[in-house]
Amino acid sequence: MWKWLHPYAKAETAYNLCYRLLPYFSWLAAITLIAGSIWGLLYAPSDYQQGDSFRIIYFHVPTAIWSMGAYTSMAICGLIGIVWQIKNAELAVYAMAPVGAAFTFLALVTGAVWGKPMWGAWWVWDARLTSELILLFLYLGVIALYNSFEDKRTAARAASILAIVGVVNVPIIHYSVEWWNTLHQGASITKFDKPSISPDMLWPLLLNIAGFLFIFAAIVCLRLANQILINDARRPWVKALVEQSSTESTSSVKGKHNAV
Amino acid sequence: MNSNLPQAQLSYWIAFKAIFVRELKLAWQKPSQIIQPMVFFLIVVTLFPLGISPAPKTLQMIGPGVIWIAALLAIMLVVDRLFRQDYQEGTIEAWLLSTVPMSLLVGAKLLAAWFISCSVLLLISPVLALLMNVESQVIPALMLSLLIGTPILLFVGAIGNALTVSLNQGGVLLSLLVLPLYIPVLIFATSLIEAASFNMDYSGQLAILISMLLVSCFFAPVAIAAALKNTVN
Repeated sequence: MWKWLHPYAKAETAYNLCYRLLPYFSWLAAITLIAGSIWGLLYAPSDYQQGDSFRIIYFHVPTAIWSMGAYTSMAICGLIGIVWQIKNAELAVYAMAPVGAAFTFLALVTGAVWGKPMWGAWWVWDARLTSELILLFLYLGVIALYNSFEDKRTAARAASILAIVGVVNVPIIHYSVEWWNTLHQGASITKFDKPSISPDMLWPLLLNIAGFLFIFAAIVCLRLANQILINDARRPWVKALVEQSSTESTSSVKGKHNAV
Repeated sequence: MNSNLPQAQLSYWIAFKAIFVRELKLAWQKPSQIIQPMVFFLIVVTLFPLGISPAPKTLQMIGPGVIWIAALLAIMLVVDRLFRQDYQEGTIEAWLLSTVPMSLLVGAKLLAAWFISCSVLLLISPVLALLMNVESQVIPALMLSLLIGTPILLFVGAIGNALTVSLNQGGVLLSLLVLPLYIPVLIFATSLIEAASFNMDYSGQLAILISMLLVSCFFAPVAIAAALKNTVN
């Protein structure tokens, strides 16, 4: 396995991999998100208690799941970067942080919109909501720390250490429901024996969960590829790439630079 | 060990003790660094009766939480300059060159810092509890929670300080990094005090706080050492 993994520590190979994976993830994300959202919003049966307002679950649950998933993967990348001194893993930390922050923010906003009709308030100081808010602060901390260093190598390593330290918070989020047992409803689909959600509602939700994972992967691939390019801007392989793409009529590299 | 070789290997215990004693001496020479956060602690607590209400019932309700938040902010101030002088003088480079593991030296420094600042904080907390009209049977629980909670805050905050020590902006960034990590401690400490005020058993919250202390005790010096190595390069 090491023989297979080792080339990806090199910037050029990692860049090529990201660039090659990007279309697959983008198409998968588009298909699953469109299918899941249309199915969930239009065709899934409405809930007997919550009516149609439960349908925000199709955005709330996937963003909430991947807000935590993104943090965990960020911390794992940070650990790999710190322990094995792999630069690309450190770059991946910063590639993931803003995407995860956006997911966390979306989960909070959709939760507030859902909470207003259901609980009668935009915000309650429930343990799970608070933990999600803390998660947003943690993401913002990682982003702020990265941006305050001039030397980007030091910045990436500092952000990695902070991500590892903050990952302690993710299990607290996960188990807070059982610990405090307050207003927020318990998990419906992670109970392995018998999900307490009807399959008609479950399938579009699973599609959207997969869709948000793919869109996360696609954005991270794009951002990581850009980070690698910016980092190695003076290296021969990037120069060769720029020359190659400028001889072709469409300068895809420059366009991608502007995209992020 | 071969006695013919020069004594290059420093005993871990001697190094630990030397750093601990050095920190105490430094603190003794500059008592303002201890006194200022404590005055800050007092002032922040004073603001709450003025800002919310001086009614004894209200004070009794918010008292323990206010004292905890003020303690948390005071520790932020202590933490903010924890490694700065060492970084500027080059002490951290000397630590890096030492044969003793960096995390052990960091541990000695943290222990000294806790001993110096948090003990003072702990000692004046009953006075503040009286000011905030906290019931007398709650005061031991408050002090117990501060005794276990403040080292967690100090250890976690020191990670933030070690990460930002080379930057000149300190303060604001540090609070952004560290305050979110303080929230679980605050939740459990205040829930401990609340349980105590209802005369209920608070051993559960106490156990969680102690476990957080053990985890932070174990991991914080490692993380701080990694962060300091990163800034010094």
